[in-house]
Amino acid sequence: MIEIKDIYKTFGDNDVLKGISATFQTGKNNLIIGGSGSGKTTLLKCIVGLHEPTKGKVFFEDENFTDMDFTERVPIRTQIGMLFQNSALFDSMTVEQNIMFPLNLFTKQSLAEKRERANFCLERVNLQDKNKLYPAELSGGMKKRVGIARALSMQPKYLFVDEPNSGLDPKTSIVIDDLINDLTSEYNMTTIIVTHDMNSVMGIGENIIFLHQGQKWWEGSNKEIAHTDNKELNEFVFASKFMQAAKGKL
Amino acid sequence: MATMFYSLGKYILLLRLSFKRPEKFSVYWAEVMREMVSVGIGSLGIISIISVFIGAATTIQVAFQLSSPLVPLSTAGKIARDSTILEFSPTISALVLAGRVGSSIASQIGTMRVTEQIDALEIMGVNAPGYLIAPKIIACITMIPMLVIISIALGITGGYIACLFGGEVTPADYIMGLRDGFIPLTIRVALVKAFFFGFIIASICAYQGFYTSGGALEVGQSATRGVVFSCVMILFADLVITRLML
Repeated sequence: MIEIKDIYKTFGDNDVLKGISATFQTGKNNLIIGGSGSGKTTLLKCIVGLHEPTKGKVFFEDENFTDMDFTERVPIRTQIGMLFQNSALFDSMTVEQNIMFPLNLFTKQSLAEKRERANFCLERVNLQDKNKLYPAELSGGMKKRVGIARALSMQPKYLFVDEPNSGLDPKTSIVIDDLINDLTSEYNMTTIIVTHDMNSVMGIGENIIFLHQGQKWWEGSNKEIAHTDNKELNEFVFASKFMQAAKGKL
Repeated sequence: MATMFYSLGKYILLLRLSFKRPEKFSVYWAEVMREMVSVGIGSLGIISIISVFIGAATTIQVAFQLSSPLVPLSTAGKIARDSTILEFSPTISALVLAGRVGSSIASQIGTMRVTEQIDALEIMGVNAPGYLIAPKIIACITMIPMLVIISIALGITGGYIACLFGGEVTPADYIMGLRDGFIPLTIRVALVKAFFFGFIIASICAYQGFYTSGGALEVGQSATRGVVFSCVMILFADLVITRLML
């Protein structure tokens, strides 16, 4: 479980986050949604420690992550897997080397054990036999899957996903969503996904937080989201003609 | 002025982080070896070419200026030797390496920053400055002195070739000049310069790359800034070291 308490983040004169509190449950897909510039990615970066909150605390289980220094955070960070918007694979390494990288640094496994783990992770994301390819040789969807495989390599307790569907076609987006959903329940991870893709919201959104102008505007599930009377949320959810047409059937 | 001190502070803090204890020595060692090959072997071609030409040109120009019958022709070899060891090999090599190695360091780290690869390292719990910057600094401070030694040898050889085909100074006079009044301190000065120039190139360019924000345009700007600042600092350090050691 991850808990955030009263998170503020300011860049110069720009207040991006204004007192956000939330609890992200273990074994569930926790979605952070909102329009562009609403502070979703900034909130995610505050949670994982890439940004330090101006005010407020982040707790992993009961451990105060915000007050820890870099060294104290390492044990928690080794339990974190993250999939970035552009996958952030290391260009100079092959797929296998990318997945083995955290194992090389933080485990005492033999090369054979690390290879076995890399193969297992690749198999789990349906990318067998792609070990020796470089990121430049992969498609967008494959890069995302390698990113997920790398995130899984250390058997994380927490999975963070930033815009998993950006730049992907609808069919591949569903494959990625289903994969994240399956892995979350299979490994009982606390998964936090930042997205503005309504397919993801309706498909895998078990616990959804809607951000508007840096504040938590609404919280609920994908079953509740279509029936809310929250004006800003409705404008966000039913922005497309497709969603407007589907409104009565949800 | 405040911005300059702010940047200097950030630079010093980044260097401090870069030399924190590594998570796993073997992984960092492999990275150091990879960088050494990239800096050393990768730069050997360009350093060889410029050294031979500069050595040859220096000898011809010195011979031209010493056309008085009162000055023995062997003096050309002596002056060419000392100029090559003290100035041309370390400084010109460093300026060329700032362009070749420095821009590569700044753009590589800058691209990693804008494509979130540095964020990925930090999320994993890796000390990103240590993993990315320390191996590059170690590679530069060890390989650039070696390149300078090669550059000196090739520069002097270039001078000999110029004598062989030019005729301003005979090869025998040139060799006599090379052997005349050699002071070992000059080699020490060259190596000290090369060490500091290596540090300047790697650390300044890495700093520029590490704090890149934006996209491809900003990566290019960081690389340019890295090279320009490195060149200025190399020339400044050249003056300071020369003043202190000679």
